[in-house]
Amino acid sequence: MSQTTANAPVRVDSPARRILRQFMEDPVAVIGLILFVAIAALAIAAPWIAPQNPYDLTQLDIMDSALPPGEVSFGSGQTYWLGTDRQGRDMLSGILYGLRISLLVASVSLGLAITIGTIVGVTAAYFGGRLDSFIMRIVDLQLSFPAILIALILLALLGRGVDKVILALVIVQWAYYARTVRSSAIVERRKDYIDAARCLALSDRRIMFRHLLPNCVPPLIVVATVQIAQAIALEATLSFLGVGVPITEPSLGLLIANGYDYLLSGSYWISLFPGIALVVTIVAINLVGDRLRDVLNPRLQK
Amino acid sequence: MLVYLVRRLGQSLLAIVAMAVLVFAGVYAIGNPVDVLINPEATQAEIAATMQRLGLDRPLYEQFGIFVMNALQGDLGTSFVYGRPALAIIMERLPATMELALVALFLSVAIGIPLGVWAGLRPDSIAGRTIMGGSILGFSLPNFWQGMLLILVFAVLLGWLPAGGRGETTEFLGLQVSFLTWDGLTHLILPAINLALFKMSLIIRLARANTREVSLQDYVKFARAKGLSGRRVVMVHILKNIMIPVVTIIGLELGSMVAFAIVTETVFAWPGMGKLLIDSINLLDRPVIVAYLMLTVLIIVSINLLVDVIYSLLDPRIRLSEMKG
Repeated sequence: MSQTTANAPVRVDSPARRILRQFMEDPVAVIGLILFVAIAALAIAAPWIAPQNPYDLTQLDIMDSALPPGEVSFGSGQTYWLGTDRQGRDMLSGILYGLRISLLVASVSLGLAITIGTIVGVTAAYFGGRLDSFIMRIVDLQLSFPAILIALILLALLGRGVDKVILALVIVQWAYYARTVRSSAIVERRKDYIDAARCLALSDRRIMFRHLLPNCVPPLIVVATVQIAQAIALEATLSFLGVGVPITEPSLGLLIANGYDYLLSGSYWISLFPGIALVVTIVAINLVGDRLRDVLNPRLQK
Repeated sequence: MLVYLVRRLGQSLLAIVAMAVLVFAGVYAIGNPVDVLINPEATQAEIAATMQRLGLDRPLYEQFGIFVMNALQGDLGTSFVYGRPALAIIMERLPATMELALVALFLSVAIGIPLGVWAGLRPDSIAGRTIMGGSILGFSLPNFWQGMLLILVFAVLLGWLPAGGRGETTEFLGLQVSFLTWDGLTHLILPAINLALFKMSLIIRLARANTREVSLQDYVKFARAKGLSGRRVVMVHILKNIMIPVVTIIGLELGSMVAFAIVTETVFAWPGMGKLLIDSINLLDRPVIVAYLMLTVLIIVSINLLVDVIYSLLDPRIRLSEMKG
């Protein structure tokens, strides 16, 4: 595509460059992107930048229990900018480590769900017929039930654990990707370049993944940004309800749940600050997603 | 119409059967049914009796038949904790959840549609932008976190409303309801707002988008040119035409509200079936979990069926295209 346009008198950017330029035109979306990158960097760097390791019991001092924000430790003299919880754990460190687990669960489940959903969706669209209607029946059946209900029941049967939360999120989310990929692949499949590839006697697999799939990517990206925000919120909700991650590996949702018992007695910071971290993360992703939806939507392009 | 009804009913039955198979597989095939369905404190004789009743000593397909037969007769097991039929315990909690869901639905419609229409009529005004910004926030804030903020502000800081529980209830059509007593109403407000906020954002966005489309149509321009008052154009010409998509969404979302009530009920200690589910998960009271799941599937599938049938009555194109497909 870029060769044909290069000879034209008006210079046209490559698709990736155009998308980037249009994305940057919206300052709110750029702020969202910067926020998200910063949050992800903080989460990855948590073990090196956090003031203490919140799960190393030797670093905790029970004398520092439930200190309000800005108080100084009785023992080590360290300042707790966001206060401490009942065990005397620094909330700032707890939040940084919690972000790590929240983002880990969301991104691993995102990766697995996209992979499964894409393979199923492209296969259904490419072969069509009975296989297609069978797969889509399953997808419709699953999507007719609320995600939170399915995830909750799975975890009630499986028990708590990071791996089990990831499994539940993958099972809940694959159907969204399968439907998205299938609906764009079924349009692409009728186009001439697929017929041309078939005439070259390329293998089905090669046509599906090298020819068909790359043209189904834009809607997939939009759905993925919406879904990763959903995944973070769903994991937090499940952990808040006590069926998500175990207490040894607390995510933001579990930190909020732990502080919830103290909310009514006035120790608001134990619950409030992890909640703010969670909300800022989700809002940042949603701002990026909103803009991507406009930029990648061909109907809005001139 | 009959063809469409039969076909649609068949799909609903298929959904219920598929969920029953999944629940059965989850309980009988993955876990050890003896652990799952028999109270760990039961005596040897009780274990033997239950195994006999559930047919756990027979092949898997026979067990599935027994499971289905029992379920059809309303027997979904006996709660370990309460020692009574699981289904009966859930049915006692059902009115509280339904009351919460219906009040929340009413709030999201009564507030969401006017705000959405307003924002759609004046998309670039400050009010329009504020409404849209608010709806993005309503989408982004996780449900349980919204609920906690409501408690923090209105119960802890201001002390206006109670933080949890259902308050005083009174008899209405043979059911215990909260909204008719003052005490019950004050307990109901915060949970209902919490449950409504997400749907409200959805309805605002939908109503706004449709209002923008409809108000550009010729018949709206014509109505204005005819000299009709702005009020009449909005109330009759615009509102009537945005209602079809809005009503569909409302119907479909009622089912998911029953599921989302799990979170709200836990945050506000509302004694509905969602809170019962979480308590049962924590207490490993599995017969109640199984009964909750089967009942909720039944509710959601029935609502979806009802909405589809009503919608096909309103819009003949739907049933015609379904009959061909």
